Amino acid sequence: MSAYNQNFVPPAAAPANGNQGSSLVNGLPGAVPHQQPPPQAAAAQQYLQQKAQPQLQQQQFQQPPVPYPGSSNNSSQPPPLQFNSNIVNKFLPPSSTSANNGAPPPSTLPSHLRPPTANGPTTLTNGSNGANSAHSSRTASPGLMSVPQQGGAPPMPQNTQYAHGAPPPAALPIQPQSVASLTSNMHQMNLNRTNGQPSANTAPTPQQLQQVPPQQQQQHQQPLANPMTGPFMGNKPPNLNPSASRVIGSPPTGGAQPVPVPASGQRIMYGGTPASNDQQNNNLQRAAPPPGAGTAWPPSLPKAAVPGIPHPMQTQPQAQSAPFAPPQQYQYGQAYQQPLHQPPLPQQQQQQPAPPPGMFGAQTSSAPLQYQAQPPPPSMQPQGQHPYAQPQPTSGPPQLGAPVPLNVAQQGFSRLWGQDTIDLMQNRHILSPATLPAPKVVLHNQFHESINCSPSIMRCTVTKIPETNSLLQKSRLPLGIVIHPFRDVNNLPVIQCINIVRCRLCRTYINPFVYFVDSKMWKCNLCYRVNELPEDFQFDPATKTYGDVTRRPEVRSSTIEFIAPSEYMLRPPQPAMYLFLFDVSIIAQQSGYLEAACSVLNRHLDEMPGDARTQVGFICYDSFVHFYSMAEGLNQPHEMTLLDIDEPFLPRPDSLLVNLKECKELVRDLLKLLPKRFAHTHDPGSALGSALQVAFKLMQSSGGRITVFQACLPNKGPGSLEPREDPNNRSAKDVAHLNPATDFYKRFALECSGYQIACDLFLMNQQYSDMATISGISKHSGGCVHHFPLYQKTKQHMVDSFRMCFKRYLTRKIGFEAVMRIRCTRGLQVHTFHGNFFVRSTDLLSLPNVNPDAGYGMQISYEESLTDVKTICFQAALLYTNSEGERRIRVHTVCLPVTSSLPEVMHSADTEAIIGLLSKMAVDRSIASNLSDARDAFINATIDVFNAFKIAQNLPSGQSGQLIAPRSLALMPLYILGLLKHPAFRVGTSTRLDDRVYAMDCMKTLPLDQLMKFVYPELYKIDVLIYHARNSNASTTEEDDEEEPLPEVPRLQLSAEHLDSRSIFLMDCGQLIMLYVGLNVPPDVLEAVLGISSTAELGDYVYGLPHIVSAEYDILQRFLLRLNYDKPYSALVQIIRDTSTAKGQFIERLTDDRSESSLSYYEFLQHIRAQVK
Amino acid sequence: MVFNFTAFTYIVALIGDAFLIFFAIFHVIAFDELKTDYKNPIDQCNSLNPLVLPEYLLHIFLNLLFLVCGEWFSLAINIPLIAYHIWRYKTRPVMSGPGLYDPTTVLKTDTLSRNMREGWIKLAVYLISFFYYIYGMVYSLIST
Repeated sequence: MSAYNQNFVPPAAAPANGNQGSSLVNGLPGAVPHQQPPPQAAAAQQYLQQKAQPQLQQQQFQQPPVPYPGSSNNSSQPPPLQFNSNIVNKFLPPSSTSANNGAPPPSTLPSHLRPPTANGPTTLTNGSNGANSAHSSRTASPGLMSVPQQGGAPPMPQNTQYAHGAPPPAALPIQPQSVASLTSNMHQMNLNRTNGQPSANTAPTPQQLQQVPPQQQQQHQQPLANPMTGPFMGNKPPNLNPSASRVIGSPPTGGAQPVPVPASGQRIMYGGTPASNDQQNNNLQRAAPPPGAGTAWPPSLPKAAVPGIPHPMQTQPQAQSAPFAPPQQYQYGQAYQQPLHQPPLPQQQQQQPAPPPGMFGAQTSSAPLQYQAQPPPPSMQPQGQHPYAQPQPTSGPPQLGAPVPLNVAQQGFSRLWGQDTIDLMQNRHILSPATLPAPKVVLHNQFHESINCSPSIMRCTVTKIPETNSLLQKSRLPLGIVIHPFRDVNNLPVIQCINIVRCRLCRTYINPFVYFVDSKMWKCNLCYRVNELPEDFQFDPATKTYGDVTRRPEVRSSTIEFIAPSEYMLRPPQPAMYLFLFDVSIIAQQSGYLEAACSVLNRHLDEMPGDARTQVGFICYDSFVHFYSMAEGLNQPHEMTLLDIDEPFLPRPDSLLVNLKECKELVRDLLKLLPKRFAHTHDPGSALGSALQVAFKLMQSSGGRITVFQACLPNKGPGSLEPREDPNNRSAKDVAHLNPATDFYKRFALECSGYQIACDLFLMNQQYSDMATISGISKHSGGCVHHFPLYQKTKQHMVDSFRMCFKRYLTRKIGFEAVMRIRCTRGLQVHTFHGNFFVRSTDLLSLPNVNPDAGYGMQISYEESLTDVKTICFQAALLYTNSEGERRIRVHTVCLPVTSSLPEVMHSADTEAIIGLLSKMAVDRSIASNLSDARDAFINATIDVFNAFKIAQNLPSGQSGQLIAPRSLALMPLYILGLLKHPAFRVGTSTRLDDRVYAMDCMKTLPLDQLMKFVYPELYKIDVLIYHARNSNASTTEEDDEEEPLPEVPRLQLSAEHLDSRSIFLMDCGQLIMLYVGLNVPPDVLEAVLGISSTAELGDYVYGLPHIVSAEYDILQRFLLRLNYDKPYSALVQIIRDTSTAKGQFIERLTDDRSESSLSYYEFLQHIRAQVK
Repeated sequence: MVFNFTAFTYIVALIGDAFLIFFAIFHVIAFDELKTDYKNPIDQCNSLNPLVLPEYLLHIFLNLLFLVCGEWFSLAINIPLIAYHIWRYKTRPVMSGPGLYDPTTVLKTDTLSRNMREGWIKLAVYLISFFYYIYGMVYSLIST
């Protein structure tokens, strides 16, 4: 019985997860026997079912009193499992279980489908049950989901717990025996496989039959039994969550004290080392599972399961636990008396024998059970369960019945190659625990060792390029690359050589993917021309040796920077020129941004990039334009006001832009004076157009950067605008005015780009300011746009975030007079560019300025088919002048294999890159057409992709309960839904037009990693950190290393079901990090992290973390640091109390949930499924 | 053989159509240059945009002549193109000056190929109508 095997496996397997190597081994052989019985079930489904199964099966198994010989070895399975299962059953709606009983045996679940506990800590376990673990890890991103689901179910409490929360060493429950048990497990596994098959088919033995009834009874009894726990429920009405209750029940020291001591429990939990707890538990279980102990353990499970909280955390709700525990025990005793007395160890062995028919019934129900078993969100259990339960009836039966024509061996192989599929309908929790790594590009042997460009710099939407355009069309995937060319990178090889080796025909830079015909010739990998190598290329500057061209840095690194010789300059490098334009109209004065801007400027004047020639200038404008002359000899800046704004001219030819080094004092004086100078003006006008025109005249000669601060709608002089937004229409279905109202700003930007001037815009508006029109100055001149809506100097957090942003802006690297060219292998061409730049020719972008925070996207199209090539390359070459006046070329090359197989293309898709590209295309669509078109395009793109995959996989057409996705695209619906609910594309929710336009602009210009946070924020439950802090406190003695690694904090999907009133959650939205503090967070945690004693002390709007000296606070800071590591500047932290009015901001971003005007994730999936033919 | 108004119309149409053919050829060449990197899109758009309206007006003027002299068939075969021109100009990007072509979008492959195709098709249409106008002129000269 495969089923048995699976059951047995989970405990051991769980920790093993993540070990791919083992999976491979196991995957092939293991898959065959297991899957045979019901080959129809898709792997994904099986996976789900499996999770549920173990619980049920375990229950059943335990009941048969027949002990297995040699079972003693397998101590890994804790007896308390039984308790858990009971609990799970309680939560099951009776109807579902009964309905499922009739269903065919789901035993087919291959071991690999096991619930992966994500981070398998112990390799030992892996070895034994490698198959299970490995597979589970491979299947999609089950880590998260599987865990929570198990939470409801008790199957492998120990394993899960360790994997998630506990530190690896301590985690092993069976430490002493582990090695021995491993080997024994191995044997068992084999046995199971061989045995499993026949048993499944054979008729149930009488024994088995007998067993069935009691089990079912149990299941049904449980719900009834619940009332018994009445007292507990009463205590804690909101948290009906079974898992929670169990958790509570279990004191970490459960072994010693079956009944938890509420007061002390917490302390112990937090402070205590997990190892000790585990051991205690183990002992308990082994010796004789006392009811109390059993409950204790499983309780920990749910916690861990949910988002991988360490089990110690579970103890938080002690008060509740105490009342709850007794009833549980009571139940347990009644229902399970027999199993209880059984020695826990033999369980596994028992499972091996043919499963009783009852088993099957139970198993069939498992799939639905799964849903219910999923960690009922503590905060919303009663309702929460319902939605889960709903899908079961519809989706459950079809899966079993639907024929999936994948043969078993093929499945095994596909898993081997990472081509497994997932049924999205069954796997609601598909976000894997950690940040998803970019898919790896696997190249053919020739370039196998060549290092491809880092995915953070350049990523293609597919990691295998379809051979022909028709193949691409069949896959329905967008083809393109997203690129972050000027990213701040460490260890960038910079080389200076007399002549840079390039292809004579297509001007490609030599790169790691060229082919060396011999030591004197190389063949270009883009146009296939054979070129000569210059003599000096034989010389390796690093080792100072001749002869081996492959040691050259150009050939070793696919990201490289050349210092360009003079041929690459059109004119001598110009000095860095910075011109600042300040809006000083009355609205700007009211917002008070000038103060902050000037003080940041003042502070960071010295840090602005540039050599001794750096020049700065300042212009203020209201209805008129004010110039500041800082000529030599003046002891104070001289103001000149231009009254003729329709025909603007420069009041004097010089000293408006002054050398920063020479006139630093004057500049500083001016910056101090400016905020006061206009503090009392009441001019409502804002002549942005005129100011820009004079700024252009000022910068014309040398190029540079114009920074515009705008606080209101420009309403004077050229380029004045009318308010277009209708505030009453902010949530309308169709959004008008996404297009610029006039092309004045665009023409200006084009003119600027011709003179190598870039305009950056800081919009600090109080009211509608027509971002769509004004942002044209940045969009077409390679600038950047920052938006601080409703900026007020009284709002400290806005000031802080502006100051951080502006500081980064001032001090970050900058490249002047840049151009970027994208070259593709012959047969491909760039179709469309996305980002802020001016396209000067079909493959050349003109970037007057390039900054390290700008990302770009390119759609790629076919010119001819690629049938005769094995790999294709994209090369992005960015030529720029750095702030020291050096001309440099930064070259990135990415090489991708070509494939002619549709399934391979689908499996190689890179969801994040696809989302990045789709969002850019959607912005174009909404501007060219309208927003609802763009929204439809999102949905259609998703449907098309899944349709295409269905065809690629030869799945039967027509409706089924499944939505089969390749693992590579499993997250696509999730992200698409995030996009649909994003301020840029949402409808039905009031969104200010400027905010929407800014969000769209971000879609176009953010680098991919930022964009993903922008689209689908990262949600973490930070209890793990707190637990870790407390835990490591105890063990600090041995090692005081500051660099101790942070524990892995699993990512949660953006759904309120994960929220928990006893925990603190962290949501990283890119530029904003929100800490969501539940109402019932233990006071000592609050004290340690936020310095308050109860949640109620938090205000409605709290920004920034207080400074507290505690291990918990330190670790949180380190975690924040890690989150901020890749960001341009560290994010603002907002603390949100559960009941505060700011909660809406948090809830709004929970895009998996349903809102008034939008679908929940599951509904969205159902919609997609219905559309997939 | 009488030189009537219809014959005059056709002669004017012939001359006008010759200009239109030149416009179309210029259009095709300009976009081909863009495609092959020879020209800066800003310059190219600046040279193309002023020619758009004259071309449209000239075409409409010829058809007005057909209307006046009752050459319904000639008018009919031109009406689709007039409609297209009007639609095209109505959906042009936001621009302050006359013209159709926006330097920031003209290099998108879609736009580029659409403009190329439009150029070739118009060239074909103008050429065919050129020969038709010759026929119409001769016919109108002979018929009376």
